[in-house]
Amino acid sequence: MSGYLSGTLAILCINLIFAYGIFVTAAAGQINLGGAGFQAIGAYATAWLVSQTGLPIWLIIPAATLATALVGFLISFPVLRTRGVYMVLATFAFGEVVTGFLLHSTVFGGAMGMVVPQHIELWVLTVSAVVVTIAAFYLMATRLGLAMRSVNDDEDAAIVMGVNVRLVQVVAFTVGGAFTGLSGALYALNFGFVEAQYFNSLLSIYVLLFVLIGGAQTAWGPLAGSLFFTLLPELFRIGGSWRFFVFGVLIVLMMTVRPEGIVTREMVRRLSPRRWWPYRTREVYHGG
Amino acid sequence: MAVEPALALRGVTKRFGGLAVSDDVSFDVPSGARVALIGPNGAGKTTLFNLISGVHKIDSGAILLDGKPIQDLPPRKRVRAGLSRSFQNIRLMPHLSVIENIMLGQHTLATDMRSLLTPLAWQRKSKWRIQARDSMMRAGIDVDPDASVGGLPYGLRKKIEVVRALMSRPRLLMLDEPAAGLNPRETAELSAFLKAVAWDGLTLLVVEHDMSFVHDLCEHTVVLNFGRLIYDGPTRGVQDDRQVREAYLGSRRVGAKEIGHVA
Repeated sequence: MSGYLSGTLAILCINLIFAYGIFVTAAAGQINLGGAGFQAIGAYATAWLVSQTGLPIWLIIPAATLATALVGFLISFPVLRTRGVYMVLATFAFGEVVTGFLLHSTVFGGAMGMVVPQHIELWVLTVSAVVVTIAAFYLMATRLGLAMRSVNDDEDAAIVMGVNVRLVQVVAFTVGGAFTGLSGALYALNFGFVEAQYFNSLLSIYVLLFVLIGGAQTAWGPLAGSLFFTLLPELFRIGGSWRFFVFGVLIVLMMTVRPEGIVTREMVRRLSPRRWWPYRTREVYHGG
Repeated sequence: MAVEPALALRGVTKRFGGLAVSDDVSFDVPSGARVALIGPNGAGKTTLFNLISGVHKIDSGAILLDGKPIQDLPPRKRVRAGLSRSFQNIRLMPHLSVIENIMLGQHTLATDMRSLLTPLAWQRKSKWRIQARDSMMRAGIDVDPDASVGGLPYGLRKKIEVVRALMSRPRLLMLDEPAAGLNPRETAELSAFLKAVAWDGLTLLVVEHDMSFVHDLCEHTVVLNFGRLIYDGPTRGVQDDRQVREAYLGSRRVGAKEIGHVA
């Protein structure tokens, strides 16, 4: 495989895991615009563990993932006190706080960043991306996933159905934190270098766009969004510097034509082979 | 030993600012009974539903479900205690399919981690799905279970909401204007369906304006006006009650003999 191709595939894997981290919270009705902050925590935790401890990589990756999950769990409590656009702002502020802290800390190298003297093979990235994708599909298929989607649709009605809305949201934030942290750990180990400036608000916006343009209704959305956002700009390279213009126009078009994302539930249902199975209900009950 | 009423309100009072939206309301819904809650617009019927289901906290009084006080429980724990409700405006989850909406109604029955982490969407033969399909069939909901609820006709969505509320196997089912917007055939069907489920020991409390539906379904009626209870007795007698007639028609018209019905 050429260096260009494997490089693109590595970025795609990291972006995909990152997107699922944001998707899990979005599926439960919470917009996280602080994605870069969560990813930075996973990346810096990895960089610090690699340089300060002699732990093997297969322990460092889960440790960084768990650390970010813990941050997600803790931060969910203040964040969940806010709603709507204020929640977006609160998560955004969190992302800014994380990068601000990293820029001014001596332990984490400040503006100089940190070198990560370890490397992972492409297959680790690929396997991780596949595992996270399956986990996201599994989660959305469970009753917990059903509860998450119902919280997204109508929080008050979900309460009346007996759903513990707060618990569902905290779980979503924690799992989202874990996925995002994992993407950060893989980023650090793939590029061998982390700097706080990379984890900026533009990155948070991009990953949120992966999810919203891809579609937050089903686990197919982040997959479509990550492919769209990672591969299309590469395809447009032939257009030179016009590629960002074309790409921007495409995004606006997508939002106009498919406001609920590239992949919607209805689309998945229409394409599903189940649709052609003969199992419609027959009227049995006749009243009286 | 006397049987505890399924639901008992004792001096339930709630004020929004200076306005008493529920003023010392007390009545019983006997176990297995079908009781209607009626009253003119703004009488506080939906508010009372919200107080019972826990959307709002009461200021004073007590709400007893099977003799146990529930007024201090959060809404989701009241569902677990055996109380289920539907909404005046349909509140189905728009992005969930028919069967998913109905399976959401089973949520309180899935108490352990294992049932929360069972992949419902992948197991086409899980007990949850079979139970939900069964309830759909018994209610005569003859649509593709995987169809999105958004595009379905109003009467059907209304029915799905009732079935969803039944899935938690409640002791008491509270329906807020279930017949509103239904055509006469759908109304008759709904009434028959509700009688059939009540036959299994379910207690019903129904807010409804359609008096023929109330007469058909409920043997007992409670009337509210300006947050106060003004009638608690058999449905037959409600139209002859002076206070009820005053509430609906105004005190000047009540003497007039030609007015034969309320609402």
